Amino acid sequence: MSRSDRRTILVAMSGGVDSSVAAALLVKAGHRVIGATMKTFCYSDTPGPSRTCCGLEGIMDARAVCDTLGIPHYVFDLEEEFTRAVIDDFVTEYAAGRTPNPCVRCNSNTKLPDLLRKGRMLGADAVATGHYARISPPEEPGGAPRIRRGLDARKDQSYFLWGVPKAMLPYLEFPVGELTKSEVRAMARELGLATADKPESQEICFVPTNDYTDFLAQRLGSDHPALSPGALVTTTGEVIGQHGGYARYTVGQRKGLGGGHRRPLYVLGVRPATNEVVVGSNDELYRADVTLADLNWLDTPPVPGERVKVQVRYRARAVDARVISIGPDRVQLELDEPERAITPGQSGAVYRDDILVGGGRIR
Amino acid sequence: MDEIYMDWAATSPVRPEVAEAMAPYLADRFGNPSSVHRWGRAARAALEEARERLAAVLGAARREIVFTGSGTEADNLAVLGRARAVARSGQRVIVACTAIEHKAVLEPARQAAREGAELLVMAVDETGRLDLGALDEALAAGPAVVSVQWGNNEIGTLQPIDEVADRCRSRGITFHSDAVQALGRVPVRVDRTPCDLLTVSAHKLGGPKGVGALYVREGTELEALIFGGGQEWELRPGTQNVAGAVGLAVAAELAVAEMEAESARIGALRDRLESGLRERIDGLVVHGAGAPRLSHILNVGIPGVDQEAILMALDLEGIAVSSGSACQSGAVEASHVLVAIGAAHATPDPDRPDPASIRFSLGRTTTSEHVDRVIDRVPEVVKRLRALGSNDLFGGL
Repeated sequence: MSRSDRRTILVAMSGGVDSSVAAALLVKAGHRVIGATMKTFCYSDTPGPSRTCCGLEGIMDARAVCDTLGIPHYVFDLEEEFTRAVIDDFVTEYAAGRTPNPCVRCNSNTKLPDLLRKGRMLGADAVATGHYARISPPEEPGGAPRIRRGLDARKDQSYFLWGVPKAMLPYLEFPVGELTKSEVRAMARELGLATADKPESQEICFVPTNDYTDFLAQRLGSDHPALSPGALVTTTGEVIGQHGGYARYTVGQRKGLGGGHRRPLYVLGVRPATNEVVVGSNDELYRADVTLADLNWLDTPPVPGERVKVQVRYRARAVDARVISIGPDRVQLELDEPERAITPGQSGAVYRDDILVGGGRIR
Repeated sequence: MDEIYMDWAATSPVRPEVAEAMAPYLADRFGNPSSVHRWGRAARAALEEARERLAAVLGAARREIVFTGSGTEADNLAVLGRARAVARSGQRVIVACTAIEHKAVLEPARQAAREGAELLVMAVDETGRLDLGALDEALAAGPAVVSVQWGNNEIGTLQPIDEVADRCRSRGITFHSDAVQALGRVPVRVDRTPCDLLTVSAHKLGGPKGVGALYVREGTELEALIFGGGQEWELRPGTQNVAGAVGLAVAAELAVAEMEAESARIGALRDRLESGLRERIDGLVVHGAGAPRLSHILNVGIPGVDQEAILMALDLEGIAVSSGSACQSGAVEASHVLVAIGAAHATPDPDRPDPASIRFSLGRTTTSEHVDRVIDRVPEVVKRLRALGSNDLFGGL
């Protein structure tokens, strides 16, 4: 590497294998690499001297990897920012009867912008993460780089990146985007990284018990309507039972609806104003119309009539769709084929081929 | 990259003379000082000689020195051990300490409060000096122990310790002082300052980590915090760290012998650093300015700079400093000392962020060249960080 290619890159390290290998690849490429982990919340409910957040396993693991790689590692306290941008939003969305996607919020509002801001202060030219996504140079001079799907189709995580501020694109790196997960693990083992065989985390990081309704009860109070019993109704308005609070239900869910119904029932939606959960058959879960709000565009926004692909959940196929209308804060899409259980609050990521155009939150 | 260590108040390297004195007790003379046989005797002789030498340094008697596993442990034994001893006699327990004590004192004091004691936190002024009116008020309540740090570890402020000790003594109140930062920097002698309990630690003085001592004036009732064998007059059971005790004694002797010359040298370097930074950094404040301070500590506030980023940016420049107290995760927390002197908000105000604080602490191998390089580089980092103002989402992209 020539001197001028050598850059200073801050790597957002969660303590997982992907971001560990991302850092290792950049070190190997000859860059000056700085490991960074965000302290985003405190696990401990007990006040007083035992602040277990100080021993967060992720921080320890990231630090161990940085020691192996011989690079500095720092912890940034972003608890306030994370609480405001991610946790408060998570709670508000559930209270509004939607199913939020906190990882998207974190990438868009905390992880990437805040770490880039901190990184700049440390003299970094760019921020890298362990996302399975790729970044392509601008098509024409003066244009913005574009986010593309990761090479490993099964692991692609570009879906989580639709909300990233466009101004950040020139400063983003996804070093593992050209690799498969098994290549990443193999490389981690080869390098002797402590995180090589660490299982993938599935839960929401700030709900370590995985019981989000418990978490909501702490934040909203257990007597909040979202967590209080209400009526289970059909699309025709017939009351056919009770439910335990609309925040416990998400579109497509079967569990928690009680037995004794004449046909298998699924959640079609919730009505927070009246604390009703609307149920129906599996067929009724299919919809072809999708409206996205809280939009963000990373590439030229689509125009009415344009054919795009839209992905409505992580690890789902992107489906062909036509843009019906587009405004500053709403885009309406019509899917070629109806899709099952399109869930308000989840992300709709819009693609042209494998280029991430942007997206919004499903209404 | 030339690296500059200016975090001597955090810890210091073991001096070669100290390492040399310790070495025999790590290997050849490895005995347990409680054993009857000759190995035990050899270890015991070394331990007791170390006790004697440390006692001499402090102006104490040999039997008044209790070796512990750290300065923190000694502080715990003094504060909580004293509170429990008084509680056992059935009296009402009051613990008094200043608002800027080290956490090693504040936390056992809070523990005593959880066990039923009343905690009196005495205010300090904007330089960190104890308000003697607050002391008198606390003394009038008849506390089980009053704890006042000799010299503060974050901002360096020295307390009017003789005055505090005299007032405690004249009312018959047990007085503890944490002298971890003060020993070897200013004269610390219990035969001149009437302390009942005094904490020292080895690793701030060129001694090893993991060993401290508590001076316990003859007749001061204390209760042990851990249970086991009868070592250290049953106040600190557990096989003694013989090599560590030797290291502490030798390090303390050396530091005190060199104190006058070394404090003058380091104080001059500190003053040069202080005026150099003042000249080159707009708005810089010196915390504790106006009070007598420990010669090796300089704590400054720099407005318009991100607290976390400046420590890390300086680390990347090869300059090791610290700020407030770091949590185990490495995240930087607001300093209770700066809050107590009014230099920081207890809960951060996003509209009026506190200045970033940096503690520079100098030591035996600090040279004027180091100081000049720091005077040169820190303003540059500050300039960069200020240019990237925190309001700008992407730091000036």
